[in-house]
Amino acid sequence: MKRFARLLDALVYTPSRNGKLRLLADYFTAAPDPDRGWALAALTDGLAQRQVKPALVRELVERRVDPVLFRLSYDYVGDLAETVSLIWPGNPARNAEPDLSEIVERLRVAARTEVPGLLAGWLDALDATGRYALLKLLMGGMRVGVSARLAKTALAMTGAASLEQIEEIWFGLEPPYLSLFAWLEGKAGPPAVDQRLAFRSPMLANPVELADLEPLDPADFRAEWKWDGIRVQLVAGGSEARLYSRNGEDIGAAFPDILGDAKFDAVLDGELLVLRDGAVAPFNDLQQRLNRKTVTARMLADFPAHIRLYDILFEDGGDLRRLPFDERRRRLERWHGRIVPPRTDLSPLVPFAAWRELASLRDAARADGVEGLMLKRRDSAYAAGRPQGPWFKWKRDPLLADCVLMYAQRGHGRRSSYYSDFTFGCWRGGAEGAAELVPVGKAYFGFTDAELVEIDRWVRAHSTERFGPVRAVEPGLVFEVAFDSIQRSSRHKSKLAMRFPRIHRIRWDKPHAEADRLETLEKLLNP
Amino acid sequence: MTRRADAAPERWLRKTGRGLYCAPGDFYIDPSRTAARAVITHGHSDHARAGHDAVLTTAATAAIMRARYGAESAGAYDCALYGETRRFGDVAVRLLPAGHVLGSAQVVIEHAGCRVVVSGDYKRRRDPTCAGFEPIDCDLFITEATFALPVFRHPDDRGEIAKLLHSLAVFPDRCHLVGVYALGKAQRVIALLRESGWDRPIYLHGALIELCALYESLGVALGDLRPVSGERKKAMAGEIVLCPPGALNDRWSRGFPDPVTAMASGWMRVRQRARMGGIELPLILSDHADWDELIRTIHDMGAPRLWVTHGREEALVHYARSKGVEAEALSLVGFEEEGG
Repeated sequence: MKRFARLLDALVYTPSRNGKLRLLADYFTAAPDPDRGWALAALTDGLAQRQVKPALVRELVERRVDPVLFRLSYDYVGDLAETVSLIWPGNPARNAEPDLSEIVERLRVAARTEVPGLLAGWLDALDATGRYALLKLLMGGMRVGVSARLAKTALAMTGAASLEQIEEIWFGLEPPYLSLFAWLEGKAGPPAVDQRLAFRSPMLANPVELADLEPLDPADFRAEWKWDGIRVQLVAGGSEARLYSRNGEDIGAAFPDILGDAKFDAVLDGELLVLRDGAVAPFNDLQQRLNRKTVTARMLADFPAHIRLYDILFEDGGDLRRLPFDERRRRLERWHGRIVPPRTDLSPLVPFAAWRELASLRDAARADGVEGLMLKRRDSAYAAGRPQGPWFKWKRDPLLADCVLMYAQRGHGRRSSYYSDFTFGCWRGGAEGAAELVPVGKAYFGFTDAELVEIDRWVRAHSTERFGPVRAVEPGLVFEVAFDSIQRSSRHKSKLAMRFPRIHRIRWDKPHAEADRLETLEKLLNP
Repeated sequence: MTRRADAAPERWLRKTGRGLYCAPGDFYIDPSRTAARAVITHGHSDHARAGHDAVLTTAATAAIMRARYGAESAGAYDCALYGETRRFGDVAVRLLPAGHVLGSAQVVIEHAGCRVVVSGDYKRRRDPTCAGFEPIDCDLFITEATFALPVFRHPDDRGEIAKLLHSLAVFPDRCHLVGVYALGKAQRVIALLRESGWDRPIYLHGALIELCALYESLGVALGDLRPVSGERKKAMAGEIVLCPPGALNDRWSRGFPDPVTAMASGWMRVRQRARMGGIELPLILSDHADWDELIRTIHDMGAPRLWVTHGREEALVHYARSKGVEAEALSLVGFEEEGG
């Protein structure tokens, strides 16, 4: 456990990506099986221990520490694992320090009633760093700045396999990943997984501006709409199918409608959307379906999922990825016409002759769930990763509005003791002076750390009310908010929902009475 | 003085918009705006402000105020030795060591059969750069509460200094840039490094030079200190460079060879605070009492009444009440959260 605790601690304090990669690679090389496999599962979020809930941890700590002092401390520190690790009156003499694998394996077979005793014993035996690692391991949500992809990149540094090779078999592996580590160390061949259902690293695009495009010949490129959903890969073969996010995460459990209709043998690249009567529903609707382990029949009916297809990677077992884009597109159209798979359609190509013409098409298309345009070289092969040159994404310029800060919520991870999630509103109704603020959106990025410290100080000095981690503040601070589009929504008091809002500028200078009115935002709605 | 059981200090000592005010003696303690008479506990800028007419403080704090504020620092200084009594009307005042920074003092006020101690900022652990805190029996203790939560338990200083020296051994090619508050923390970190055997020159940001020189002139030996700027930054691989916290992330910190960013502060106990500040090597070194020191001090002072100020009052008030002490939060205005 010491080694894993030291790793987490070092990851927290190491800001650079390369530094984190080195720490991870060193750990994966030095730590024994099966510890390192469990650690890898924890870092890639594959080790949620359902028995250890925050409520249990709070209950245990409140038995050892004055509950008032605990709550005040938690309120200050903001992170449960960190608070408990610091406040727990350790008693290292009581038990031997447990191994990582001992913890995982004992919990797997423990009866529900045994869990509190096991957990308290481990918390006693560990020091503050160990307690922090233990609680993060068991409750999930490490927040040490390591994505699953970064962990896999570090794995690729330790052995014979590339990141793409690891990603392509990842879906078929289980913790503690003994066969994976054996392969990386050259002690065994690649783990045997059924390649028919494998995830293929997708091809990604680089952002581009009009000025970058001008020197390029428009005739070399194809344009298609960039739909406002999530990029997915649908893999079907035999009688099975899998749906992956673009990072290779299996998200199929939330989309039985898509999987049930995938009765073909192909690997497809597309955009997952909620589609009603042929129209793309707001992103919010898709969010109702994401991140669920199961979905109800009601949700399937209310939020019907759909995939708008961009590309075909495999057809009846044949790998098409080396073919040029135009040829794959022809194959995709022919395949789609032949199979006519339900819940899918083709993302149309957007004809154009000149970049400026395309720019005006892009700006006009704020409606209909479009985020911008994708530009693909007509001769481009489908290459994993983000190669420079063949594919571009050309997003629309954001919309802007001046909004007034209304509520601030404490953040998570490194921001857990700062108010960093902001709900802001615009003015509505009333004659001069009688206007009220109504919330129009929430954002938690777009500012620097230094700005966050200033906003946090402002929030603390101007609070009017507290509800748990949220503070209401008096009107006074204006944010210039950038967003991609604005949509009707019944979920908010303003009947509006911003898509992808972020803080563009902090207008310390702007009087709050001069922030935008709701009518101004309504004019930005799609006609 | 004969102490009386029915002492009611709230009748003559109260908080005002300017700070804590003693009416019968007509003086303020650490006033936030200029006052005719001020008793100053220590030289940090949220306690010692410029422009009072008459100031009672220690000689070291007076020297610090003169160094920071120059001629405008005060009309006149009355410098008291620790334990020496001054009288203002029928109020007796003396200063006792607080162990916070050089010159720091608790203020002991006696009036109408009642002894009140205002702690100022303090700590209980040993500090090679200043005199240690002296507890004294009193009727009312007014304590600071910067780290008054049981998550704050500062580890042993030597272990924290060892972390820095260990990092220097592991990364001999990297400059170790340590953020420190200019008054107190800088000199304490230097003194602790010297005690741990670091006898190489220690390099200073310009903002730290004057106060280090002042400490030396007041008899605190700090060894070989050198300024660093410009081209000399490149030669700082494997060296220790101290700077104010604000300089860690500003333009000044560029040009050092692959710096390890460290910070010496009690706030470093909370790892996400350290991470937020971009700190790679947090050193938990505080000049304020931690939770255990605070509750030990409340016990040592033996006061039946406690006023809590300057920090996380609620938790300490709750704790003291649970131990039968009559405790209240004294929400003083004009104090900001300053470094730990």
